[in-house]
Amino acid sequence: MGDHVAGLLQIAALVLLLALVHVPLGDHMARVYTSTTHLRAERALYRLSGVDPRAEQSPKAYALSVVGFSLVGVVVLMAILMGQAHLPLSRELDGMGWAMAFNTAASFVANTNWQSYGGESTLGFAAQMGGLAVQNFLSAAVGMAVAVALVRGFVRVRTGTLGNFWVDLTRGTVRILLPIALLGAVLLMAGGVVQTFSDTPMTTLAGHGQVLTGGPVASQEAIKELGTNGGGFFNANSAHPFENPSGHTNLLQVLLMLLIPVSLTRTLGTMLGNRRQGLAVLGAMGVLMAVSLAVMTAGEAGARSQAAQAAGAAMEGKETRFGEWASALFGMVSTGTSTGAVNAAHDSFTPVGGGGSLVNMMLGEISPGGVGSGIYGILVMAVVAVFVAGLMVGRTPELLGKKIGARQMTYVALYTLTTPVLVLVGTGAAIARDATPEAMGNPGGHGFSEVLYAYTSAANNNGSAFGGITVTSDFFQITLALAMLLGRLVPIVLVLLLAGSLAEQGKVPATAGTLPTHRPIFVGLLVGVIVILTGLTYFPALSLGPIAEALA
Amino acid sequence: MLTDLSRQALTGLRALLVLTVVLGVGYPVLVWGVGQLLGDRAQGQPVRLDGEVVGSRLLGQHFEGEEWFRSRPSANDHDSLASAPSNLGPSNTDLLALIAQRRTEVAAVEGVDAADVPADALTASGSGLDPHISPAYAALQVPRVAAARDLDESVVRALVADATVGRGLGFLGEPGVNVLELNLALDRAAPR
Repeated sequence: MGDHVAGLLQIAALVLLLALVHVPLGDHMARVYTSTTHLRAERALYRLSGVDPRAEQSPKAYALSVVGFSLVGVVVLMAILMGQAHLPLSRELDGMGWAMAFNTAASFVANTNWQSYGGESTLGFAAQMGGLAVQNFLSAAVGMAVAVALVRGFVRVRTGTLGNFWVDLTRGTVRILLPIALLGAVLLMAGGVVQTFSDTPMTTLAGHGQVLTGGPVASQEAIKELGTNGGGFFNANSAHPFENPSGHTNLLQVLLMLLIPVSLTRTLGTMLGNRRQGLAVLGAMGVLMAVSLAVMTAGEAGARSQAAQAAGAAMEGKETRFGEWASALFGMVSTGTSTGAVNAAHDSFTPVGGGGSLVNMMLGEISPGGVGSGIYGILVMAVVAVFVAGLMVGRTPELLGKKIGARQMTYVALYTLTTPVLVLVGTGAAIARDATPEAMGNPGGHGFSEVLYAYTSAANNNGSAFGGITVTSDFFQITLALAMLLGRLVPIVLVLLLAGSLAEQGKVPATAGTLPTHRPIFVGLLVGVIVILTGLTYFPALSLGPIAEALA
Repeated sequence: MLTDLSRQALTGLRALLVLTVVLGVGYPVLVWGVGQLLGDRAQGQPVRLDGEVVGSRLLGQHFEGEEWFRSRPSANDHDSLASAPSNLGPSNTDLLALIAQRRTEVAAVEGVDAADVPADALTASGSGLDPHISPAYAALQVPRVAAARDLDESVVRALVADATVGRGLGFLGEPGVNVLELNLALDRAAPR
């Protein structure tokens, strides 16, 4: 079988699996967030945390819960990372310095998993599983909670409440993430992913020293992909054979990344009582994904770079067992879902492949985006799309029976401005510094791309990197940490305020003049708005980086 | 609003501590327990020789000398405590020079035409610990290793075939030859 056939079959298998799973999982998630009963384990959790699960929260209270929980998460995780020497299973490693600990804590709480450290050389097992993996679960549950709160804003009528954050957080963790992660971890172990609590020093066959590095890898790997977190247990992330040993585990990881973001479109349709709306959203995401995958695969499998031409194939930074097709697929899915895991070095991708990764993030992580953040992100873009359509025909725009007025558009405009400002100001500030060229791992336009990629990844909460750049200076640690936290929390607060303003309204009955938002024409409009907005924002920056490199 | 925030943060702290016990201790220990039922599968698949661990089936090792099949170039010298790719960009002249240099070296070592050296022999892997080489790179090394070990080439080719892992289910990923397994098999067939 040739590379092309195998590569296409791989994509077909993925699509088939998603088609089979997204309906039952999506409906399950809709039940989880609309159910009125509590599991016994959940009641125990509520009692221990002092939460009244029947209390409904206003948008403001919901937002304060998210922000408060996130800030506590940063503080506790910083304490774990800085004090890990006092924890068991620390592998005799010292604690992190404050700047790296702040960056890492912000990163994992913000569901970004940008890593300025190498896992195997920096962290003990307690910090990995008790600190980082816990935030992998919880940051994902936060994203889903916010998405559900926004959907409730569309569903609910004349009410001042959006649900209870603590209940949504607990249910997402207990009923969705934990069971699937458990299953995923067992399957990954069956595929050879490591789960131990010790390192084994040894002498290799040819007489060199090597350490058979251990760790609770499989448990962390499963939630790393499922929660679209992306932070590797090891420095090489999913390129490391202990994280991702074979073609099987690679497909499983890609599936885990897409599982919840894709299934949430079904959840959306089910909760709205309008399944076709869920399909329309999935359609827009699917178009963006398909184009991106085609472009990135053409770059990598087509060896479209000087180095790939010199070597005969684009294998620099890629593992033999994955090759170009599985690396391009993983890279597309990881940057399209806001996961940021890598099974190959994106820094060594062809300009088209690496540029594709960058654009996936610049779209605002909505193809299909992170768990929860993808749905609220694309719904915000849907608001922009109906607004544009409303301007064209001179009619007050509506979406899903809710009027989009000045107040809603204010929140939406601020949302769409937040990440581009963080990306472009951050990149600009870094480039203006004399020290930055020293930090770049590559010369010329590609060095600029490394900086642009870093701030794009941080502000959009992706976490992948053009890894040649050295980001351990206080300047990068702090500015990237702020980009991650602001890029996460500001949009969340705006989404919750938008949700609250929608929940207050009554439903506008659909009339002959209402723009139907479940038809292909709206899918086209939505994709068009997303692409144009991204293009207008980032084209100048892109033309200095990957575009210049591709044309060189 | 600050009092509201601190009240929510306190609830958050309590929830975080409880959930850390469940997700940060209970979950990984449970997964570890299941892993114990899978034999060596989740233990890093150690390879033993005379009772001593000499490697992992999954971790690439450094081999030099005529009698060994060689691994792919590694950006970190196969250091498993610092897994890493080179991160050299696609038009970086340093990378282009490295590729040219490796092409000359491999062609000289294997006694083949420079144009016949496959891409995986010229490029550093994603982890620095790639356990595999392409079947093409293995085939290129067969005559040298067979001569050094005083074995028939057909015997060595059979060993290469045994150490070759196909695509998962016939279409997942790419085929590769496990270098450590191959070299172990060579040692058994023709002790050094």
